Amino acid sequence: MISLTQLTSVVQVSLRSLWLHRMRSILTMLGIIFGVSSVIAMLAIGEGASQQAQAQIAHLGSTNLILKTVKPPQQTANDTTQQSIAIYGLTYDDAERFRVTIPDAQVVVQSKIISHKAYYRNRILAIELVGTVAWYPELAPVELDRGRFLSSSDLHYNESVCVIDRNTADNLFLIDDPIDMDIKIAGNYYRVVGIVSETRVQSNEDMLETRANSAPDTTSAGGRVYIPITTMKTRFGETSIQFGGTTGLVGEKVELSEITVRVPTIERVLPTQDVLDGILKRFHKQQDYQIVVPLELLRQAIRTKRIFSIVLGSIAAISLLVGGIGIMNIMLATVSERTREIGIRRALGAKKQDIVFQFLSETLLLTLTGGLLGMVLGALIPIAVTYFGSMPTVITTQAMLLSFGISAGVGLTFGLYPAVKAANMDPIESLRHE
Amino acid sequence: MTPNNSDITISCEAVVQLQNLCKSYFLGHSELPVLKGINLDFHRGEYVSIMGPSGSGKSTLLNLLGCLDRPTDGKYLLGGLDISEMDDDTLSGIRGKQIGFIFQSFNLIPQLNIIENIEVSLYYQQVHKVQRRKRAEELAERVGLGDRTKHRPSELSGGQQQRVAIARALANDPLILLADEPTGNLDSKSGREILGMLDELHAGGKTIIVVTHDPKVASRTQRSIHMLDGRIERQTLNGARQ
Ligand SMILES: Nc1ncnc2c1ncn2[C@@H]1O[C@H](COP(=O)(O)OP(=O)(O)O)[C@@H](O)[C@H]1O
Ligand SMILES: [Mg+2]
Repeated sequence: MISLTQLTSVVQVSLRSLWLHRMRSILTMLGIIFGVSSVIAMLAIGEGASQQAQAQIAHLGSTNLILKTVKPPQQTANDTTQQSIAIYGLTYDDAERFRVTIPDAQVVVQSKIISHKAYYRNRILAIELVGTVAWYPELAPVELDRGRFLSSSDLHYNESVCVIDRNTADNLFLIDDPIDMDIKIAGNYYRVVGIVSETRVQSNEDMLETRANSAPDTTSAGGRVYIPITTMKTRFGETSIQFGGTTGLVGEKVELSEITVRVPTIERVLPTQDVLDGILKRFHKQQDYQIVVPLELLRQAIRTKRIFSIVLGSIAAISLLVGGIGIMNIMLATVSERTREIGIRRALGAKKQDIVFQFLSETLLLTLTGGLLGMVLGALIPIAVTYFGSMPTVITTQAMLLSFGISAGVGLTFGLYPAVKAANMDPIESLRHE
Repeated sequence: MTPNNSDITISCEAVVQLQNLCKSYFLGHSELPVLKGINLDFHRGEYVSIMGPSGSGKSTLLNLLGCLDRPTDGKYLLGGLDISEMDDDTLSGIRGKQIGFIFQSFNLIPQLNIIENIEVSLYYQQVHKVQRRKRAEELAERVGLGDRTKHRPSELSGGQQQRVAIARALANDPLILLADEPTGNLDSKSGREILGMLDELHAGGKTIIVVTHDPKVASRTQRSIHMLDGRIERQTLNGARQ
């Protein structure tokens, strides 16, 4: 075939003739540079977004089904000027029905969230008061820092104890040790028995729709306080009074804000969703609940990514096709410009394959150099996107190899025809050219 | 025959034997015969000129001798080997090893410098770079251009370019040297220089075949072949040189 020293001389000769027309070479390369860099940049941005979404979804637990109370569309009440009480949402009965219908569902967490203020000494903090059960940490993205979580005896005896999160500990107690201290919420005192930290990745609320409407937005400085759900029921009843829109005071009665059902295997998730939906449809007149299935979200995210990849692939293919045609065009022009040179080389003993190698190596040099520059540019774009747009991006080795392969492929595909055309020219005709 | 049949060892005195050599061009369905049965021998160390009116087939004959083309009919034996049936790669090998071309319009490669132009045929014979360079420098010296080796062809006069072309034709130490109107594009002084060089090469034992219009050029050769309409009209021996 061809020896290494021959290869280096072929490359040298190619470099020289590319250098001779450097402007043309650079312009030709641009197509490949932009094609390759856009492939890498788009893949990196897509991969980053997808990995973020998947991490967030996986965090919710892929064998979990999350049921949320949703405020139903406003009924056209005849007495809008008067005080009214809206009754909606998930109930304890729902939770009980789930337990009975799906015996092997590992846990059913019942939790209710209301907004409140917590007092400690002279300090006040806006908090989300979460009524929950002892096994909440098994399902929720929280981790015990100190002390203990709520126990089943706390629940059984409606104890006035609470577990606070890091935020509350920091902002309400400042430097004091919160353990065994009492905080006041709505006139009642709760003894702090433990501190948890949220492991949830923030800012994923958008993906999962906003929390149940019954829980108004918490201030960003606020924290979370967990108390036994039984205690919450006795203290707060099932009605919360809030200021609503234009009609003044609006009463809302919501028993449970959220129920989480965990099934043993991933295969059970979708059938269970149907079962839950069936139960809820039967007992709820209005659409006041929502079922969030992390697994379904995950599948959707993967599906979205696949579609994204296909769209991206088509765009990339088209842009590289255009770049490749540009290269072929230039190489055909080069070949016809250098017809006489080809004739001379053939007369001096060059075989057809020598001519093929010469022109192919020129095209490959163009596309591979373009590919490398495109890779550099393509790696810089995601870095800039992450830096200025604070979006996660992931540049994979696969993407790099793919684009390098693509540039080589484009070089071979679009370089072969001009090179073979050059090699097949009749030496005598070529010598007589011009 | 060994696979590397472009290596020709001289086994007979006739370096070139043409037997009823025919060449036709085909334009559509019509055949245009250009060479109509040429019978010729060229001997080792011979200096021969081919003359004839324009269109009589001189260049076609020279291209066949240079293995740039294959005859339509008849036999061409170069150093005893029949090249009429050889494939393209083998012909390329023979051109690279056994043939030296000198063209009317020099045909140097513009982007290569003088040394690199002289090296081209050695490059395709895979001669090592160091040897290649050494040989090319020797030849540049021999044609009087040892001080111009880094120049591009466009920086040289016509006469100098043709000298580079001669050096290039000699690089592979060819069996036959073929020149098609080598002085056609030169002023008379440069032309005389080039002819002087060919004389020297002949004196050194090279087999040279030169196509020319110019009787003065022809008179320097040993034998003149006069062509007319694709046939050999007559041959004359130029007594002074015999
Ligand atoms: N590729 C070709 N196709 C058709 N005819 C050709 C071709 N090459 C040469 N000829 C014809 O062959 C004849 C001889 O050409 P050539 O050998 O170049 O003549 P000379 O060199 O003696 O002037 C001319 O009539 C020319 O037109
Ligand atoms: Mg001619």
